Amino acid sequence: MARLTVAERTDVTPVAGDQPIVRLTGVSKSYGGVRALKDVSLSIRRGEVHALVGENGAGKSTLSKIIAGVESQDRGELIVNEHVVRFSSPREALAHGIATIAQELALVPALSVAQNVYLGAEPRRLGFIGRRRLAARYAALADETGFDLPARQPTGTLRTADQQKVEILRAISRNASLIIMDEPTAALSRQDTVKLHEMIRHLARSGRTVLLISHFLSEVLSLADTVSVLRDGALVRTGPAAEETEASLIEAMLGRSLGSVFPPKSPVADPGATAPVIEALEVSAPGVYGVSLRVHPGEIVGLAGLVGAGRTELAHALFGNAKLTHGSILVDGRTRSIRSPRQALGAGMFLIPESRKDSGLLLNRSVVENVTVSALKTCGRFGLVWRRRQRRATATLTESLSISASRLNAPVWTLSGGNQQKVLFARGLMRRPKFLIADEPTRGVDVGSRRAIYDLITEQARAGLAVLVISSDIEEVLGLAHRVLVMRGGSLVAELVGAAMTEHDVLTAAFSEGANPPRPTLEIAKATP
Amino acid sequence: MTTDTVAPTGVPQTPMKAMLVRNIPTARSAGILVPFIILFAVLSVGSGSFLTKPNLLNILDQQSATLIMAAAGTLVLISGGLDLSVGATYALAGVVAAQTAQHHGVLPAVLLALLVGLAIGVVNGFISTVCRINSLIATLSMSFIVSGVASKVTNGNLIVLTSQPHFAKIAQTTFLTVRTSIWIALAALIVLGVVLSRSTLGRYLYAAGGNPTAARLAGVRVTGVRIAAFAASGTAAAAAGVIDTSRVLSAQSSSGQTLAFTVLAGIVVGGTSILGGEGAIWRTVLGVLFIALVGNGFDLLGVNPLYQQITLGFILLVAVGLDAWTRTDRR
Repeated sequence: MARLTVAERTDVTPVAGDQPIVRLTGVSKSYGGVRALKDVSLSIRRGEVHALVGENGAGKSTLSKIIAGVESQDRGELIVNEHVVRFSSPREALAHGIATIAQELALVPALSVAQNVYLGAEPRRLGFIGRRRLAARYAALADETGFDLPARQPTGTLRTADQQKVEILRAISRNASLIIMDEPTAALSRQDTVKLHEMIRHLARSGRTVLLISHFLSEVLSLADTVSVLRDGALVRTGPAAEETEASLIEAMLGRSLGSVFPPKSPVADPGATAPVIEALEVSAPGVYGVSLRVHPGEIVGLAGLVGAGRTELAHALFGNAKLTHGSILVDGRTRSIRSPRQALGAGMFLIPESRKDSGLLLNRSVVENVTVSALKTCGRFGLVWRRRQRRATATLTESLSISASRLNAPVWTLSGGNQQKVLFARGLMRRPKFLIADEPTRGVDVGSRRAIYDLITEQARAGLAVLVISSDIEEVLGLAHRVLVMRGGSLVAELVGAAMTEHDVLTAAFSEGANPPRPTLEIAKATP
Repeated sequence: MTTDTVAPTGVPQTPMKAMLVRNIPTARSAGILVPFIILFAVLSVGSGSFLTKPNLLNILDQQSATLIMAAAGTLVLISGGLDLSVGATYALAGVVAAQTAQHHGVLPAVLLALLVGLAIGVVNGFISTVCRINSLIATLSMSFIVSGVASKVTNGNLIVLTSQPHFAKIAQTTFLTVRTSIWIALAALIVLGVVLSRSTLGRYLYAAGGNPTAARLAGVRVTGVRIAAFAASGTAAAAAGVIDTSRVLSAQSSSGQTLAFTVLAGIVVGGTSILGGEGAIWRTVLGVLFIALVGNGFDLLGVNPLYQQITLGFILLVAVGLDAWTRTDRR
């Protein structure tokens, strides 16, 4: 790789005009038992901006990872420049001219722009880097691409959009003819977004191909030549972007009917009749801007939005795991200062965190210990734990959740995803909370356990628990919740009740125009019927 | 990366696999026990003087200080920390006790030494949690500071307790044919063992070390729990310093320079994970004694002590390697 230079690059750009640069035929991919991609066939033509859209979990990232060499497919063929290939690393993909600009940038902050561009491919002689040659090479590259970045400035001091430019320059310097961009504007300000859009157009004009993955449909429509829509791991359609509208894309991304996956909703008393268990007033925290919400006893409130919309951040702010910069939280009508999860537990809250393995479970401890850790004081006296009491308390809870008793002493990592999630619910139930936040309660959970978890949530709500369900699965939110809140860019942008609770409305609110909605938003107040 | 080589963390698919997965924890807990028994048997057969009461009691007497420190150090390791300052604390407690005993009697000397150890432990815990300085660096720095203070206390001299022979009674009294040094160690081991396996603090130590984020969200005071572990370690190191001072009736600031590593080696050989969240006091006891038996065996069999260190190094590598290996199957 070190030998490739800008000068050489022109000789390599070959082949006929209309051949697709990348073709996939019948590509499938499963993770464990979950089929992430089902028989996807797709062509990316040379020199186009090709956008991939779909809901969270539709398979966009998996597809791009296969093309980029991060993952390899279980079945089907990947054809690059009319050669069947099978990449086992991103390096191999790069050797075929495919580079990825990931959401998390891979730059060394302390090195200069030029050094980062040629990182690992520096012009060398006898092990020493030829500084002058490096500078000359960078100048030539900057000239050719028209990207003006100061060569000597440390990359860490650049703004994010310029850092992305460095990544793009790096990709070009390595002779990339297809550049994959995964949510490139998700972290950008509006101004930087405009800059990046210019860059993408520039790349396309110079004959390179861009595969763009984006949640922002307006961005997709303005940039892309071709759009492919994925749903549940399958390709819905590929077509010219000119023939699509935001509405038509949202239609295509919508899924199956709800069916009987969900238990019947419990009737909830008129929200006006009962006092809310929890009320957030203009709450701001890292990633959360001026959110106000209330949840009543027996009510299940769904919190929808795209990944990165601030849903988890809101959960952590409510649960005392993030500092509030503004606003207040009321429990049972009284303002409570909740500065740690411990205090939140004391106030009667419980959080089932988004990633059960990273922030929920003690993986190498037993089921008993995982269930009882939040309520150990009830299992003994004088600071000692009585194991029999601990086990009995666990058994009563897990029995109703159908976790086999023989597994109570097994380390929790040996359990299936569904049972692991049930363990976390059991931990919560042992605290007898009045407000439960369940963040992605069924992620990575098989269908059978899924229904069991839905039943559990519904049952607890019927018994008076106030529940906030956060989920990227819109069907799940709609199937469980009495009321749906939609977040975007850290703020609540819609509250949907009754007939307005449709996938279409949720998606429209979640995707709606603009990367940066006005914040703090007051729409919530208006949306309340 | 193909899917069939990566075992999903779900329910095992085949009976064979199920058996393997279920038995990993058991195989792991047997870990140190098997080599310990083998070594014990080999030494009993190989050397006539090994399996005698004086020899075994002598080993225990020599290891009493190490055992106490290692048991408390196990709490620190399980909570996700590392305490490298125990050697220095041990020395400082020894010289403080010796110095104080000369003028103010035995009891005030012991209490003051323990208090010094407790204070050092609390400071260690505070720096490594509240100030978020990596515990390895925090306690390493602390060991230099504490060593310096100990030199200051003694002015570099060896303190010999000829004027206070009562100090020897702490560790050298024989009770039921066994020395008090061993009784004290036994008491400390039982207390720490009960704390770890039967108390809420013990459960929280495992939680804090195994997954601090999860522990915090589950309502565990991770910071407080870790400080408690460091406090126990500091106090134990001080107790160990007092016991050894009593055993030899003298103290100097330069003692215990490699002790922190010996203690750590014992804990790790026992099978307590350096990554936290796993381990037990009984393992540490076996680990410390295993290393002691290796040393004792080399002495009895007349092998060049040079090889003793090399052997210890290999044993450590095997212990840590096994820990890493049993972890690979998870997640």
